[in-house]
Amino acid sequence: MSYLALTEADRDAMLEAIGVESLEELFADLPEGVRFDRPLDVPPALTEQELTAYFEQLASQNEHNGSHVSFLGAGLYDHYVPAVVDAVLQRGEFLTAYTPYQPELSQGVLQSIFEYQTAICEVTGMDVSNASGYDGTTVAADACYIAKHATGRSKVVITEATNPQVRQVVKTYAPGFGLEVVEVPHRGGATDPDELRTAAEDAACAIFQQPNFFGVLEPAPDLAAAAADAEALPVAHVDPISLGVLEAPGHYGCALAIGEGQSAGNHVSYGGPHYGFLAARSEFIRRMPGRIVGETTDAAGNRGYVLTLQTREQHIRREKATSNITTNQTLLALAGLVYFSWLGPQGLREVGETCMALAEYAKERLVATGLELPFADRTTFKEFAVRVGRNARDVVRDALAHGIHPGYALGRDYPGMDDVLLVAVTERRTKEEIERLAEVLAP
Amino acid sequence: MAAERNPGDLRYHPEHDWARIEGDEATFGITWFAQDALGELVHFEPPEQGATVTAGKPYAEVESVKAVSDVIAPLSGEIVEVNRAIVDAPETVNTDPYGDGWIARVRLSDSSEAESLMDAEAYERYLAEQG
Amino acid sequence: MKLIFEKSRPGRRAGHAPDARLPVPEIPAELRRSEPPRLPEIAEPDLLRHFTELSTRNFGIDTGFYPLGSCTMKHNPRVNERLAALPGFRDLHPLEDEERAQGALRLCVELQETLAEVTGLDAVSLQPAAGSQGELTGLMLMHAYFAGRGEDEQRRKIVIPDTAHGTNPASVTMAGYELVDVQTDPRGNIDVDDLRTKVDETTAGLMLTNPSTLGLFDENIEEISRIFHEAGALMYYDGANLNAVCGISRPGDMGFEIVHINLHKTFSQPHGGGGPGGGPIAVSERLEPFLPVPAIVRDGDAYRLDYDRPQSIGKVRGFLGPFGVFVRSYAFIRAYGPGLREMSEAAVLNANYLLALLREAYDLPFDRLCMHEFVLSARRLKRDHGVTALDVAKRLMDYGFHPPTIYFPLIVPEALMIEPTETEAKETLDAFVDAMRAIAREAEEHPELLKQAPQGTVVGRLDEVKAAKRAVVRYHFEDHPDLSAEPAPAGVEAPKGV
Repeated sequence: MSYLALTEADRDAMLEAIGVESLEELFADLPEGVRFDRPLDVPPALTEQELTAYFEQLASQNEHNGSHVSFLGAGLYDHYVPAVVDAVLQRGEFLTAYTPYQPELSQGVLQSIFEYQTAICEVTGMDVSNASGYDGTTVAADACYIAKHATGRSKVVITEATNPQVRQVVKTYAPGFGLEVVEVPHRGGATDPDELRTAAEDAACAIFQQPNFFGVLEPAPDLAAAAADAEALPVAHVDPISLGVLEAPGHYGCALAIGEGQSAGNHVSYGGPHYGFLAARSEFIRRMPGRIVGETTDAAGNRGYVLTLQTREQHIRREKATSNITTNQTLLALAGLVYFSWLGPQGLREVGETCMALAEYAKERLVATGLELPFADRTTFKEFAVRVGRNARDVVRDALAHGIHPGYALGRDYPGMDDVLLVAVTERRTKEEIERLAEVLAP
Repeated sequence: MAAERNPGDLRYHPEHDWARIEGDEATFGITWFAQDALGELVHFEPPEQGATVTAGKPYAEVESVKAVSDVIAPLSGEIVEVNRAIVDAPETVNTDPYGDGWIARVRLSDSSEAESLMDAEAYERYLAEQG
Repeated sequence: MKLIFEKSRPGRRAGHAPDARLPVPEIPAELRRSEPPRLPEIAEPDLLRHFTELSTRNFGIDTGFYPLGSCTMKHNPRVNERLAALPGFRDLHPLEDEERAQGALRLCVELQETLAEVTGLDAVSLQPAAGSQGELTGLMLMHAYFAGRGEDEQRRKIVIPDTAHGTNPASVTMAGYELVDVQTDPRGNIDVDDLRTKVDETTAGLMLTNPSTLGLFDENIEEISRIFHEAGALMYYDGANLNAVCGISRPGDMGFEIVHINLHKTFSQPHGGGGPGGGPIAVSERLEPFLPVPAIVRDGDAYRLDYDRPQSIGKVRGFLGPFGVFVRSYAFIRAYGPGLREMSEAAVLNANYLLALLREAYDLPFDRLCMHEFVLSARRLKRDHGVTALDVAKRLMDYGFHPPTIYFPLIVPEALMIEPTETEAKETLDAFVDAMRAIAREAEEHPELLKQAPQGTVVGRLDEVKAAKRAVVRYHFEDHPDLSAEPAPAGVEAPKGV
């Protein structure tokens, strides 16, 4: 199977036009020592049918969200992706286009990104959004980079209750940025604003997650105020699905709002591709990494959209760029836009309420069987921690035998929590499924 | 034509910046060539009043649609005034680079530095060599 | 065309969330949403029409020829979309235990092994989300490697050619290194004499694309490799142009020890209007310990994740990377098998064919056979008729083509970088040649046709100065400015008699 149109006749005609006798002559500039003289050692070519059979076989070896009832979350969630999202993403004009460098031919993508930027600003309460970052982890690194250059400070603070992978990625990027990373421990599943205040002294920014990795609602306005008090930029890492019921970071004093977009319109897809979002107050517009689309007109006065403030980006500023990002996550961000548009403000609120109601019900049912909640007095959103009495990983394995994935074993990320499970309850779960979970987990 | 582009009373730095020296102070800006190469300016990042500038080092930034450029100080000193008008109307630098498009006034720390700058004729020859 | 926000009407909606019919817990007042977000209120039929209409205002590879140099706009096979949507891939959670994701892990390992074979290197990480993230990861690996030898403080410099893609210097800065530029010689190779003066014991490495952004294979690559190895520095290969050399020449054999691959270029992951992409990196054995964690490895007949990597630089992205991109790229690779060589040969043939037919009408800055792309200059048109590469690009739209890359690389004035890729038929190439030649004639006889182009698109040339100055980057609802009512910003008159 190949996708070449080239025939023998084509090849002969083209070689003649070029003025060479053979294809080999086109590679005459390659020094002998670097020529690869054997066939590539890769499996033989497959026809489309064979390809399908092979990949179906690989896919069948995976236990996916459809093959059991899933309460597994911890950063990526089994939310419902409406059919319109898939339909829009399969439009070839979106799927097979690249970065809109020639705006006259790319108004579809450019306007979509402008609408996406608007939607992100609306849900986060911010003034400016970029066209997407790679995922919810790298946008945290982006936020640190912005904060460093905006404040001149070389320390960043991040809460321990923030997703472990987000923290790990920030720590990977930090040395190259010349940044020291300080973590603020959680206290009973949430963060103490006074401790954050102390840690944020001389910090460029303080990042906290809302709801946090344990599903707990942080005292977000107080955390933002504590950071601001230390003159560090308050940065909230938020769940887009929660923003119909939880306050927007821009409305409680945050400078930047970031997060993982997957919950809003993307399939889980074994970890990616998804989109990270990054939004800010207007004063940071020139420090934003990544693409930004702006509105303008043509000579006839027609409204149109273009990539703007491109001088910030790698292809003009080169070594002074705000980041090196080129290819981003446009198609997945488009999915997010379609999703937000499909739900509207009512729908977004309803999804949030349904998740909370079902999660609350799950907590009650689990407690009723005798299980303990380590953070019982905290309000949670769609996820919560439960102590399962023995090694949580074994509990997961046992539950799977009953067709239920009960959640994420926290022990690998938080010491002393080997017997704690993080249970995620999305709007796709039902009361019956929650009953079964309670039966399976009952001590 | 050339006289309009490169006024005779100014001194020029090879990075296409000019200085109008008046006693122990000087006014700085960018040359006609620089604004033409950048295209219409859309943004000006001003320096702080009171900031120290060093000859040959950047002290401000201008931005057009196609490029961001450091503005290089032709001479060393301390900034006594920044042209606020160009913050809101950066295109003034394009239309009047030697007049209303001035960038900063500086109290010089070493007037002998002026000797290493080019006069208008030398700058024009320099431009011609650049090709 | 209206924005979706302008089509919104209170009370309309498309989707509904299920009602759990359970009490909703109280959210403390200070944490509760105070005002709903102003998301569109629109019914599904209008929603779908809106996005369908938007798509018709966009040009993709599915629409027509898209010779955007350096981007490898090749056909995106539709079967790959079907495969990525298989529930076993699409609905698989990355935190499932390894035993329950063996098919996915096997796919990753097989892809890694293929990429190692194509690059001639030893170990691969699929984690980086795009080429530029792969670059940054590669530079972090360099830091880690030299730190392990006590040389990191001493080696602060990365050498890159003046033809480098803009991500290279940006990545260098983000990684905390200093940039050293090296010049290109008249044959389009790195100027080796200039290079010798710039490489010493303070050099960490080289970042190079080969063939270069000029589409030319560096004839001195062996000497370049010697220079860097003698200095104890590392060589990094930017894989953006890998489409030219699959199965023909391998970066590992050229002396490179770190390579990033652009899955959305060489291996056909659809570009999606700007992304997603994938930027896996391949490294030599001595750099393997520093790769991001976890590694995906074979363990007998099974596949597992190895988190026990004490020398790893850490994590650059969540989970294992953009898995959906791996599915599509690996499917593309399995469709070709060893025929990846024929793929690259066809890419080089197509590019040389266009070069041969266009070199008279335009200027060719480097008179050599090219690889998978080549650079023309419109400088003669500018000098003689006052039309620029930009004007040529806009006029090409009226002929139904997406323009090539313009004004890059920076060392060629009025540059037009053309990369046809291997999936274009000869008639398409011939039609493109006819259009380019016609435009060159129009430049002479009717330059206003170029200056006024494009005429056939939904908007004409857009005012980028206004966009940058006004910076309207979101819809403002009742306060949304009407930019069409604004007078044009103060134009700058071209001086007379230039």
